[in-house]
Amino acid sequence: MIRLIMFMILLALPASADEEIVLGLSHDQVAITATFEGSNILVFGAVRRETPIPDKSELGVIVTIAGPDMPVDIWRKDRRAGIWINTDEVEVDAAPSFYAVATSAPMRDVLHHVEDLQYRITAPRKIRAIGGQVSDSVAFMNALIRIRTDEGLYQRLEGAVDLEQDTLFRTAITLPANLTEGIYEARIFLTRNGRVIDEYITEIPVQKVGLERWLYNLAHNQSLIYALMSLAIAVGAGWGASAVFGMIRR
Amino acid sequence: MQVYLPIAEISVNAFLLLGIGGLVGILSGMFGVGGGFLITPLLFFIGIPPAVAVATSTNQVVASSFSALLAHLKRKTVDMKMGTVLLVGGLAGSALGVLLFNFLRSLGQVDLLVQLCYVLFLGVIGALMFVESLNAIRRANRPGARVVRRKHNWVHNLPFKMKFRVSGLYISVVPPLLVGVLVGVLAAIMGVGGGFIMVPAMIYLLGMPTKVVIGTSLFQIIFVAGFTTVLHATTNHTVDVVLALLLLIGGVVGAQFGTRWGVRMKAEQLRILLATLVLGVCIKLAIDLLIQPTELYSLTAGAL
Repeated sequence: MIRLIMFMILLALPASADEEIVLGLSHDQVAITATFEGSNILVFGAVRRETPIPDKSELGVIVTIAGPDMPVDIWRKDRRAGIWINTDEVEVDAAPSFYAVATSAPMRDVLHHVEDLQYRITAPRKIRAIGGQVSDSVAFMNALIRIRTDEGLYQRLEGAVDLEQDTLFRTAITLPANLTEGIYEARIFLTRNGRVIDEYITEIPVQKVGLERWLYNLAHNQSLIYALMSLAIAVGAGWGASAVFGMIRR
Repeated sequence: MQVYLPIAEISVNAFLLLGIGGLVGILSGMFGVGGGFLITPLLFFIGIPPAVAVATSTNQVVASSFSALLAHLKRKTVDMKMGTVLLVGGLAGSALGVLLFNFLRSLGQVDLLVQLCYVLFLGVIGALMFVESLNAIRRANRPGARVVRRKHNWVHNLPFKMKFRVSGLYISVVPPLLVGVLVGVLAAIMGVGGGFIMVPAMIYLLGMPTKVVIGTSLFQIIFVAGFTTVLHATTNHTVDVVLALLLLIGGVVGAQFGTRWGVRMKAEQLRILLATLVLGVCIKLAIDLLIQPTELYSLTAGAL
């Protein structure tokens, strides 16, 4: 019995520690400033091994970057009395606000679907707990991924990881300008024949800085002062424009 | 030049926002509308989250209306007394509207209600103004035609009469109060200043002269929009001051030009232009409801 449990534990662990990931990132944090236009994160690293490169199996590298999980409601429109209105709703408990997956080869070659279920690597696996009273929740899930992909928030970059001589790898992931603040999680998986053999996780904080940070805090912590400030700016600008135009006319 | 908006949490082109602000400012100065009915859909269109768009445009409306109001004050085309009566009704209506809005949101489908409100009110008011202005122009072009005198209707038979010297009216305060309440409710639900409803109501229901109507409506809009901005900022935290600033820089400049151009035009021309604009927005919104959208699905932020 104990042997069986030991065997199960061994199975659950990454298959072998013969090959390990050594990682570098171009940014260890992302600062959102007033002129933020998105960012490019370069993920690079190497495979460290004590033994010669195994030649009978295919090495794969998968890089994922995930933004903070947020609940989201997905609505579907239908025609009622001639007009298109939201009729069906599916609630998702947690979907990453940003999710990019880059691989060194087509997904089916580098990742076995059982491993995908366990490590939750592709976007459909990463999105958690879909609830609702509809029969076709898959369509809703696909819609979520499609909409976010169109906005550049979800990226599936098959073959975007350069893997050289089964040792050095690098990829660049573009973070769009419409980023949500929070701790972003970067995961790097090393696979052999689709089986995960090593996993490396690191965090990239993404946060507003300077004026952006100050305004955001003020709006949330001292909202009345913020509201009055907004109004004062509005009235001041209105008066200022009037005064300036008055002087020009004279 | 891209600018990151701290509350909306997206990055947009600063010149695009300045342009939108300027366009709406011109309309604001010309017609005495706050421009909310135009700026809110435009902000949706460039990808600003709806909650932020609605709240921020009320702040922008304050700026462009204030700029235009100063120009009107100089020409003494503001009926302060009438404006104050409308304002009392407006503030009550705005508070009522926010309550109603929150109730409807708890039922879902608030987007649909907002859209239907837009289509209905813009359609009815736009059509009425268009027909009326066309008739006025036809009358004016026919030499020797008899000018129809303003008839006394039920509005003039109500109690609590008050003298509004600037408007040249001696009427009950009940209709202006009710107009104020209606505008306040609609302002809160539709995220607009309400000028496009108030201006026709003042002309056709209260019988005020067109030149005074615009300044007076601006006077009322500033306070109702300011009140709504504070409500949104303190309850939903959705007023984006950077977005507002860019819109209002364009807006205040536009409003000054708009006021100048408005003075040069005849009242009928001004009304027919406004009617065309209102009908245009109405038709666009109606088409969106009637035609099958290319993307049937949409996302909203879920409750935690």
